[in-house]
Amino acid sequence: MAAQTPDPAPEGEPQERHGWKWALNAPALAVLILAASGPLIIVAVYSFLSPGNMGGVAWDFSLDGWFKVFWTRDIFDPENVSWNWGNLTVFWRTVWLSIQTTVICAVLGFPTAWFIATRPPHRRALWLFLITIPFWTNLLIRTFAIQELIRGTGLLNTVMMGLGIVNEPVQMLYSDFAILLGMAYVFLPLMVLPLYAAMDKLDFRLVEAGYDLYASRFRVLWHVILPLVKPGFVAGSILVFIPSIGAYVTPRVLGGGRTMMLGNLIGLQFGQGRNWPLGAALSMLLLIIVMIALIAYLRTVNRDDGGRRG
Amino acid sequence: MNKTLVSALALIVASASTASADGVLNIYNWGNYTSPELIEKFTADTGIEVTITDFDSNETALARVRQGGHGFDIVVPTHSYVQAWISEGLLAPLDPEIVTDRGNIAPQWVDVDFDPGREYTVPWQWGTTGIAVNTSVYTGDINSADIIFNPPEELVGRINVIPEMSDVLAIAVYAVGGDDVCTTNMDTWRAVRDMLEAAKPSWLSLDYGTIDNYTAGDILAGVYWNGATMRARLQNADVAYGYPATGYPVWMDNAAVLADAQNSENAMIFINYILQPENAAMLSNFARYGNGVAGSEEFMDADMRDAPEIVIPEALVSAGHFNVPCSQEIQDVRTQIWTELLQ
Repeated sequence: MAAQTPDPAPEGEPQERHGWKWALNAPALAVLILAASGPLIIVAVYSFLSPGNMGGVAWDFSLDGWFKVFWTRDIFDPENVSWNWGNLTVFWRTVWLSIQTTVICAVLGFPTAWFIATRPPHRRALWLFLITIPFWTNLLIRTFAIQELIRGTGLLNTVMMGLGIVNEPVQMLYSDFAILLGMAYVFLPLMVLPLYAAMDKLDFRLVEAGYDLYASRFRVLWHVILPLVKPGFVAGSILVFIPSIGAYVTPRVLGGGRTMMLGNLIGLQFGQGRNWPLGAALSMLLLIIVMIALIAYLRTVNRDDGGRRG
Repeated sequence: MNKTLVSALALIVASASTASADGVLNIYNWGNYTSPELIEKFTADTGIEVTITDFDSNETALARVRQGGHGFDIVVPTHSYVQAWISEGLLAPLDPEIVTDRGNIAPQWVDVDFDPGREYTVPWQWGTTGIAVNTSVYTGDINSADIIFNPPEELVGRINVIPEMSDVLAIAVYAVGGDDVCTTNMDTWRAVRDMLEAAKPSWLSLDYGTIDNYTAGDILAGVYWNGATMRARLQNADVAYGYPATGYPVWMDNAAVLADAQNSENAMIFINYILQPENAAMLSNFARYGNGVAGSEEFMDADMRDAPEIVIPEALVSAGHFNVPCSQEIQDVRTQIWTELLQ
């Protein structure tokens, strides 16, 4: 009570108790500040410094890292400043592949989640359990397994050639197709689970009501089911999109390193490129993209809530 | 109760004292690079227990040791990074009382630019970066960078280039007629960029772990290391290793003792240990590279002594050059070309 009506007159005890309660948060706050904000602050500060000798940073303020994210001086004509198409193309590819991954996961995840949600309750646990099995194995190992599956002399090509579908091995590995396949496979459960959670709460009487009112299957899907499970779609999309943006292993292994994604570009700058400030600036940019996606998410969710209450 | 406590304490004290008597040694080295047989033998001979921690790049190793508190005693940086390690005071000078056998180092590896007179480092392994090619498909000259940068029809789309920026750019600079991998001559870099951009559509991938792919014939040619190519050849005799006649990089990894080593004396003992020809040969037999210790050949596996991947043909020795670290300005140019290549 005292906390809700701030009273300058010192009643003492309640306020003090309140202060102590706040202190109980201290361990969690300390972890958050040190473990979450601390490294981020270091990255942010590094992005404004100069590259050190053989990696690391020198403590001289410089905007060069940020400049080089977007612009480049033509290496053959330093007066000529232009957009850094190298970096920008990598950004665009990263965002585009992540969007495609999200869409593929949504398209595959919806029927999967629907299937699970419409099983008898005692069976659902089993299906959910099956969905989580891939998490038991390390990401790198699963990625290499996909590589074995789709390589030139791999299982898929051998089977297709054995069945006479193709005459010579199809080059699937080391392409954007391979990256998409790998990412969709890895992130699909992250779409299925929130979709399932949304469908679990779905009131199937509304679906029946739709049919009773002579709605076609498509109309029921479009006007009844999809709006009701939309929060699941949004949450799933965020869960898939964010790790896709930062993917490192999958493009490296399945993309064959021919083309980079943002994670690989950041790795290059911290490693062989030896330009930590540029790497830090690229990391901050990645963070900004993720934040924009999250803000978009929160706005969608809030609008939905407001709509329902209104 | 008290009795238990006292005896437990006694046990701890006893075990602690045995540990310090025999001692430990912590080596920080590239992954899959330290012969386990050699380590077993070292422990049997000296009673020193060895722990090995892996790193995956020179940059990682340097960044980690710079932070301090790493607990390592020995590190194995590549030649182009040795100067950075020395100038930052991260390495301890070798103790002449313990490291008595520097005379075993083969003459050409003693007065090296990165550590004249071997004050801080001794050779670990050395090798070259050249061209691996499947000779059942390709019948031309194997000592040519054209295999990668201007590939013949039969190799197009089946080429892998290791994603080692400095090695690939070095071969490219030499191939366009340059002689300095850190050149400030922008015409050279322009030619390098144009050549790489034109060649990339012919490449299948830029990947590391491809020994199996060479063996299986999935990959028919590529920029590769000599030791790895030898491992591929031992499984598929068609795989050959070429040294680009225009120029190719030579590298050497070097063992050194860290300035803040906890077990500095044991580290010095180990450094001297790997200077014995017999022990150096064990390193080579495991990693499949040369070692830089004179007289180690007779202890090497028979298939290594005259391996074409290790014994460089007389006429091509002079085409090999050590990579040198570039200034940040030129390094940025190189990274930019590399980024544009992989965009």
